[in-house]
Order: sequence, then structure tokens, then C-alpha cells
Amino acid sequence: MIVTMVLLPFLGGCLAFLLRRTAPFVAVLGAASVAATAAMLAVGVWRSGPRIYAIGGWGAPIGIELVADGLSAIMLLTSAVVVLAVSVYSIGYHEHDDSDAWHPGEGFWPLALILWGALNVLFLSADVFNLYVALELMTLAAVGLVVLSGGEAALMAAMRYALAAFAASMMYLLGVAILYGAYGRLDLDGLATVVSPEPAAFVAAALIGGALLLKTALFPLHFWLPRAHAAAPAPVSALLSSLVVTGSFYLFLRLWTGVFSTIAVPAAGQFVGALGAGAILWGSLQALRQQHLKVMIAYSTVAQVGYLFLPIPLLTSAATTPDGALLWGIDAWNGGIYHAISHALAKAAMFLAAGTIVHALGSDRIVGISGIARQLPITTYAFGIAGMTLIGLPPSGGFVAKWLLLSAAFASGQWWWAVVILAGGVLTAGYIFLVLGQELSLAGTDQPVELSKVPRSMEYAAFSLAVASLLLGLRVIEPIALLQAGLPFVEGG
Amino acid sequence: MSSYVVYVVGAGLLLVVGVHGALTARHLVRLILALNVMSGGVFLALIAISARGAGSAAGPDPVPQALVLTGIVVAVSITAFVLALARRIHALSGRTSLSEEDLE
Repeated sequence: MIVTMVLLPFLGGCLAFLLRRTAPFVAVLGAASVAATAAMLAVGVWRSGPRIYAIGGWGAPIGIELVADGLSAIMLLTSAVVVLAVSVYSIGYHEHDDSDAWHPGEGFWPLALILWGALNVLFLSADVFNLYVALELMTLAAVGLVVLSGGEAALMAAMRYALAAFAASMMYLLGVAILYGAYGRLDLDGLATVVSPEPAAFVAAALIGGALLLKTALFPLHFWLPRAHAAAPAPVSALLSSLVVTGSFYLFLRLWTGVFSTIAVPAAGQFVGALGAGAILWGSLQALRQQHLKVMIAYSTVAQVGYLFLPIPLLTSAATTPDGALLWGIDAWNGGIYHAISHALAKAAMFLAAGTIVHALGSDRIVGISGIARQLPITTYAFGIAGMTLIGLPPSGGFVAKWLLLSAAFASGQWWWAVVILAGGVLTAGYIFLVLGQELSLAGTDQPVELSKVPRSMEYAAFSLAVASLLLGLRVIEPIALLQAGLPFVEGG
Repeated sequence: MSSYVVYVVGAGLLLVVGVHGALTARHLVRLILALNVMSGGVFLALIAISARGAGSAAGPDPVPQALVLTGIVVAVSITAFVLALARRIHALSGRTSLSEEDLE
């Protein structure tokens, strides 16, 4: 079952490259079957704990193992849901004019499926080198997707992204080299038992951590993200902003609470948290200033990435305090991951909705979308619900995430993170309502704007993702229970 | 043991040169070259780790060598892609460096 999660997307990617015309159907079929497998895997992990698969019968420490625990399962399921919706959306978005000329859609399907396959490998890998390969494969596919729209801005953005990612990948590899040189093994579980506070481990942690912060685009290393995410075609922006960012964050979290848990000093945790706080404030303020819808949403991603890193200082202090793990560590862990998955769903919905608006209007200036709610009510609805999740209004998934993070912050006595969380929510509300206000505005509706026809499937794909992010807030028990399977810091979890 | 020292010193030098180049270069091809020099340093560091066992009965450690091979494949793919991108940027806009004005 685990192997299917990896094989199917790659196989689909190759098929999509060969079959061109029928690629969309290959993609949707593949996405649907992997989503079903992911759901089965999640139920399996929930019922009977983490699963391990040794490729070719070779186990750790030399062979490559795939491990699915609660965190992996929930990430796999989230990405399958997002990919399924984005695939349905893209069929409408990339509609052919039946000419033989090359169409960006032809490049989209293989790259998107390979990106997804790489993500699944990332979520399942259990050694630092396999993770490196997955990370690189994901980055290459992502850069390729950014280029698809073909304009000069997209090329420049892709170049900056690729060079930053290249530098980060070399930093990561050097960190892996130092780890192997010092401890002679690469598997996560094994490393976690032997890594001890000494110079080699600190250097490796700094290199790998820095590389992942750059790839996740945590402030102030976010310089490549807004342009790249805004210049790409809408389905690509949705995949990048919701899944790729989450992928490298996942790796950071996994290493921080696993391999480097014994050397993660509270000061380093506070530092990462401070960067997260900076990201929330800076990203939100920049989002408020933008005049283009997609750039605004991209800056919102910069801000939301900040929230992903707020649990880090809480987890670090929990690990060094007696009973800290039980008092607030679990809340911080659940809150961070809950934020990651609800942000993934909501941000994908928001970029897809923005794409629909651009598709219909031919422009994405925020002042130009005045009164669009009348013509595109479902898209406006999707944007609004996704916005609710990002702001953290009840009963959305974002609300649950923020509530868990807030209670963890108060329980640990680190009230300053609570201030940042609340301030970020207010700022998010600012830019979401700015857009919603324009969409619902009645000014200028005397002469309705000419809109190009938008396929219904596009509108409903965005809407269903937004609803999924809302439902996450209504059914909390199952995802949280799933996350407890294989908790890194509770024995026998 | 002496070859090990040569590898380590060489890796350090390549890394310093590469990082310096990556931070100072403006021309895209220079940037790409600098990053490649940096990756050469990383690969040499891995080889140095492998060479530690060279004198012993077990011989050089094969695992870092396998890592280097994979690393080279990754670096070559990224380099090829980025070079193609640079050519395309040059063809479209005549520019050979990243634009600075759109950086926030």
C-alpha cells in the first residue's frame, strides 16, 4: 500500500508525458485512486500504528525504508485531496483549442504528477539521504512548473527560485555529509539515538536547518517565493503554496523533533520562532500593500509559513521541561500540523478561486474585481471560506490550529507567541476583507463587466477545497487521533 | 592519512571559493558556476569521509561514494535546467543577470 503511494504518481507522470491528449484523465484517475489509498493507509495507521516497508527487503541502516506514521499519513491524505481538486480544476483551466501547437497544459500534467510523487516520497522517507533526493526532485519539478506560463517575469522568478534551491540543496547535502562522517549512519531513527551535543552535530543541524528554512521560504529567506508563486499559472500556484512549502516544513519538523531533538537548545527554538513571528507580521503587511490578487495571496503564504514555525520554540521548551510534552508539547505539535493541513487546503482553494477570477476577467488587479460576486458567486464563496480558515475564525480548521497553538503558548508561559498569533489573525482579516469587500461591492455594477466563460468544474474544485478546510474544524477528533500514531516525543505513542 | 587531509583542505577551499562566488557574482553563468564549485566542495567532503577507511582492511567506505554519485546526478540536472533557463532569459530579454528592482 505504501509503495502504491509512490509508484502511482510517478507512473502517472510518465504516462501523462507520453499520452498528452489523455493526460488529464490519467491524472484525475491516478489522483482519485491515490487519494483512496491514502485514506485506507490513514485508517490503517490510526487503527494499528505506524507501518514500515523496506524496499527490496533491505532494512535500515543500509537499505531504504519507507515509514508511514500518523504525521506521514495525514500529510499524504492532504496532498492527495489537494492534487485531486487541482487536477479537476486544471482540466477546465487548460482546455484545448484543439490545435496541434504546444500548450502549457501538456507540460503541466507530467510535472505536477512527478512533483506529487516526490512529495509522497518525502512524507514516507526515513533516512536523511532519501529525503534529500525527494527534496531535489520536488524542487526541480516545482521550478519547471513555474516556468510554464513562459513570460519574462516567470522565467526570472523561476531562476531565482532554482538558484536559491540549488544553494540550499548543497547546504543540506553538506549537513548530511557531516552527519554521516560523525555517526556513520543515515536513518532517522538510528541518528536520533546517537546524535549528541557536540560541534559536528551543531554544524550539521545549522546547515540542514538553514537549507530547509530557505526552501520553506521562512522570513527573511522568503525573497524568492512571492514572485515565483504569483507568476506561475493558477493550478501551479495552488500546488506550490499549499504543498511544496508544507513539504519542506514537514522535513524541518521531522528532523527537529527526531534527529536533532537532543541538541535543539531553547535559544535556537526561540530564534526560529522569532523568524516565524517576523514572517507573520512582514508577510501580512506586504499582503495588505499589494494591488494584484495573486501577489497578495503569495505574500499571505509568506505570513502563513511563519505560523508553521511558531510551534518550534514551544516544542523545544517542552522537551527540556519536565512534563512539558504532556502539558503543552502535544498541543503545539497538533496545532502546528493542523495549521499546515488547513493552510494547505485553504491556500489551494484561494489560489484556484483567484485563478478563476483571472480566467474570467483577464486581469488580477484587486480594484478590477469589484462586484464579481454577482457573476461568480461560488468562487467568491470559496474565497471567503478559505479566508475564514486563514484568519482562524471558528469553526474552521485554522481556528482549531490557532486555538491549540494559543493554549500551548499560554501553558508554556511564552505569552509573546500568543500576541503574534492574534496580531497575525487581525492582519490576515485585513487583507482578506479588502478583497472580499471588492468582490461584494455594488459600485460599478451598472455596466456589468464582460467575463469569459468559466467551466463549472473550476468553480466547484476551489469550493470543495475551501469546504474541506472548514470541515477540518468541525471534525477534529479523528485527525488528532491519527496524529498521535508514532508521536516522536511520547514513548510508545 | 595524507590523502584524507588533502581532500578535507581541498573541500574547504572549494566551498569557500564557491560561496564567495555565489554571494558576489551577478552574471547568471558566473552564479551557476559558483554554485557548481560549491557543490564540488561538498562532494569532495563526502569523498574525504569515504577516504578515512582507505588504509584499513575494510577499504574505503562505499556509502559516501554512492551519495556523491547521486549528488552529482542532482547537481547536473539542476545545472542543465538552470543553464537552459538562463539562455531563455537572455533570448527573451537580453539580460544576463537577475533583476533587482522587483526584490522586496
